[in-house]
Amino acid sequence: MTMGDRVAVLVVLALAVLALAAWGARHLHRRFVQAPARLLEQAQAALAGDVDCQIVAAGSLQTQGLARVINDLVAARACLRQDIAHKVQEASRSIEQERSRLAALMSELTQSVVVCNLDGRILLYNQQARLAFRALSGAPAVAGGAELIGLGRSVYAVFDPQVVAHALDNVRERMRRGSANPSTQFVTATPAGQLLRVTLAPVRGASADEGLTGFVLMQDNITRQFEDESRRDQHLHALTESTRGSLGSLQAAVEALDYPDVDGEMRERLLRVIRDEVGAMGQRVRAVGAATAEGLKTRWPLEDMLGADVVHAALRHIESAGGLRAAAAEVDASLWLKVDSFSLLQALTSLACRLHEELGVDRVELRLGVAGPERAHLDLIWPGQALNTETAMGWELDAMRRGSEKLPLSVRDVVARHGGEFWLERERARHLAFFRFRLPLAAAQDDAAVTEVGAHRPEFYDFDLFQTSPASRELDERALAEITYTVFDTETTGLDPSAGDEIIQIGATRIVNGRLLRHENFEQLVNAQRSIPETAIAIHGIRPETLVGQPSIREVLPAFHAFAQDTVLVAHNAAFDMRFLQLKENETGVRFEQPVLDTLLLSAWLHPHQESHALEAIAQRLGVEASGRHAALRDALVTAEVFLKLVPLLADKGVRTLAQARDAARSTYYARLKY
Amino acid sequence: MTQKIVIADDEPNLVIPLEYMLKREGYEVTIARDGQEALDAIARVRPQLVLLDVMMPRKSGFDVCQALRADEANRELRILLLTAKGRDDDVAKGLALGADAYVIKPFSPKELVAKVRELLEGAA
Repeated sequence: MTMGDRVAVLVVLALAVLALAAWGARHLHRRFVQAPARLLEQAQAALAGDVDCQIVAAGSLQTQGLARVINDLVAARACLRQDIAHKVQEASRSIEQERSRLAALMSELTQSVVVCNLDGRILLYNQQARLAFRALSGAPAVAGGAELIGLGRSVYAVFDPQVVAHALDNVRERMRRGSANPSTQFVTATPAGQLLRVTLAPVRGASADEGLTGFVLMQDNITRQFEDESRRDQHLHALTESTRGSLGSLQAAVEALDYPDVDGEMRERLLRVIRDEVGAMGQRVRAVGAATAEGLKTRWPLEDMLGADVVHAALRHIESAGGLRAAAAEVDASLWLKVDSFSLLQALTSLACRLHEELGVDRVELRLGVAGPERAHLDLIWPGQALNTETAMGWELDAMRRGSEKLPLSVRDVVARHGGEFWLERERARHLAFFRFRLPLAAAQDDAAVTEVGAHRPEFYDFDLFQTSPASRELDERALAEITYTVFDTETTGLDPSAGDEIIQIGATRIVNGRLLRHENFEQLVNAQRSIPETAIAIHGIRPETLVGQPSIREVLPAFHAFAQDTVLVAHNAAFDMRFLQLKENETGVRFEQPVLDTLLLSAWLHPHQESHALEAIAQRLGVEASGRHAALRDALVTAEVFLKLVPLLADKGVRTLAQARDAARSTYYARLKY
Repeated sequence: MTQKIVIADDEPNLVIPLEYMLKREGYEVTIARDGQEALDAIARVRPQLVLLDVMMPRKSGFDVCQALRADEANRELRILLLTAKGRDDDVAKGLALGADAYVIKPFSPKELVAKVRELLEGAA
C-alpha cells in the first residue's frame, strides 16, 4: 500500500467514524432533546387548551413514560371537569328552583315587600310593592310611577334615610340584646303625602358575627285608615267636650235656681241658660254624624318600645349631635312606652342642642319614671341656669332643628302626636331644671325569649344579593358589566330640534348587573302641541290625534329624569336624543348630567370596516331580533340587547371600564369628523 | 274686707250662674272672657283668687298660670283651674305650673264655691 492509499483509507475511516458519530449524535438529539421539547410543547398545549388531546409518546423510555403520565393526567382532568360541570348544573338548577320558590312566595303575599342592602338599594320586590310605590309617585299619571321602584334603585326616593337609619339602629340594639323579634315599626309620611306603616326586619349575614347585611321593608299604606280613624275620633271628641261644657252650665244654672231668693230677672236669665244649652245639645247630637270637626290633635300611630331603649338611643343621638355629654339619671328599666321614637328623639336632641348653644350647658341627663297607671315622665335635666318660662314656651313652639336644617315639626307637635304634655320645671333645692315629657305607657311585653342568632334564617336567601359593591369606586373606573344603565329612545316630529321639532314619545328600559329588566320600563307619549309632518308619521305611526290628552314635556321629562337617576344613559345615536333633552333643560328645569354611551359609536369603534351602523344593521350582525315599526320602547329594548352583546366584545378588545368605553367612542367620533 | 275673685272662662252660660252664686257668697266678682283679658283683669283688680278655664281663646289657662307664677307680685294669688277635658295630663301639668287646685267640668257649683272658700280661708 502506497502512502497515498493509506491516507485515503484513513480519510475514509475518519469520515465513516464522523458519519457514525453524527448519526449517533442526531439519534441522541432526537431522543433526548427533540422529544422532550416536543413533549413540553404538547404538554403546554394540553394545559392551556380546553381540548383534551392525546400526546404521542416518543423519545426515550422515560420521555415516553412521561407522555403517558401526562395523558393520564389530561384524562383525569377531563373526568373532573365533567364532574364539576355536572355539579355546577345541579347547583344552578337548585338555586333556580329556590329563586322561583321565593318569587312565588313573595308574589302570593298581600303585603308589599322590598328587600334592600345596607345602602338602601332594592334587591328584591314583589308585585304589591310595585303597586304600592306607584301610588306614592308624585307623578302617577306619567309612566305609572315607574321611577320609584326597580332593582338597584334607592329606596330613599320614598323613605327619609334618617328615619330608616334610626329604625336600623333600633334593630341593631334589639339584636344586641338577643331579642326574639328584632324587627321594628315606624310610621312615615312620604313626599307625596301618604302615610305608611313600615315594618323593618333585619337580614343577617351568613355567619353570626357578620351582623346586618340588609333589611326587609314591609309596608301598609294607612293613610285612608288613619284619616278615617282620626275623623271618627274627632267627632267623638267634639261631642264629648261640648256635652261636658253644656252639662256644666246646666248643672250650675239648676243649682243656682235652687236658691229660694233668686229674683225674677236672675231666674229668667238662668232659665235662658237652660233653654240655650238643651237646644244646643239637641242640635249637636243631630249634626254629629255628618259634622267634620277640625283642629283636634291628631293621634299618630305609635310603637311600643322599651323605655330604656328610648333613653339609650336618645343619649347616643344627643352626644353625636356634638358638643355636650349626655348620661342616664334614674331610669325605670321596666317601663314600656308608646312612642314615635324618631320624632321624640328629634325633640330631645333639638332641645339639648339649644341648651348647649344658648345657655352653654355642656352636660344633660335623661330620667325616666312612672307617673300613674298610664303615664311616664321622661325628663331632660340640666344643672344650673334655669330658663325663663317665656323662652321655654318659645322653644316648645319653634320648628325643631337638626344641625342647621329646620325640621317641619315643633316640640309641641311631637308631644301632640303622643297625646301627651310638656312643660318646664325646676328643682331649686338641687339647682336643676328640666323639660318634662309626659308620655303614654304601653303594656309591658315579653321580650325575654332569646333565640339563637340565625336560627330562623330562611333557607332560600342564598343569593349574593347582599354584596354591596364599593360605592366609593369612581363611576369611570367601574366595569361596564356592573354599571346600571337606562337605555332609551325618543320619537320626534322631525330631525331638527332647534327648528322647532319636538319629542312626542320617550321609551326606556333598565340594565342592572348585566341583566335587561324588560318589565322595568318607561313608555310615555308626549303632547308636542304642534303638527306632525307626514314624513315623520310614516316612520313611527304616531298621529297628532293620538297625542290629545297626553302630558306635556314639562311633566314627562322630570319623571323620566327620576327614572334615569343614578344610572348611565345609553342610546343609539345618542347625540340626537341628547340634543332634544338639552334644549328642554330651561323649560323643564331638569338636567341630564350623567355619562352617556352611544351604541352607534361603540359599534363603529369595534367594527370599523362595516358599512352600516344603523340599529337594525348592528342588531342583525349580533343576532338580535329587530323587526317592526319604530316605537320608542321597542327601539330602546333593541338598543339594550345590542348593548349587552357589545359589552363582552369590547372587553375582548380591552375596553372594560366606562372611561375606556367613552374614550373608544370619542376616538371614532373624532375619526368620523376628520372624514 | 271683701275678697275679690276673677272668673276667666269663655263660656257665658257657665259664667252667669257662677257669678251669681259667688256674689251671693259675698265675693266681688270680675269676668274675663279669654286669657289675655284675665291677665289684664288680675293686674287691675288684684284679686285673692282666680278661676281659670284651661281651654280659652288667645291664651290658654296654662299660659296664664305660667305667666302669673313668673311674677313675684302674684305669690299670694290662689289659682283654681277649671278643666273640661278631664284628662289627668292637664291636672298634672296645671299643678306643676303652679295651680293650687283644680276642678273638672262638669262640676257642682256648690262644691266649687266650697273649694273657693277653703282656698281663701287657707290663705287668710
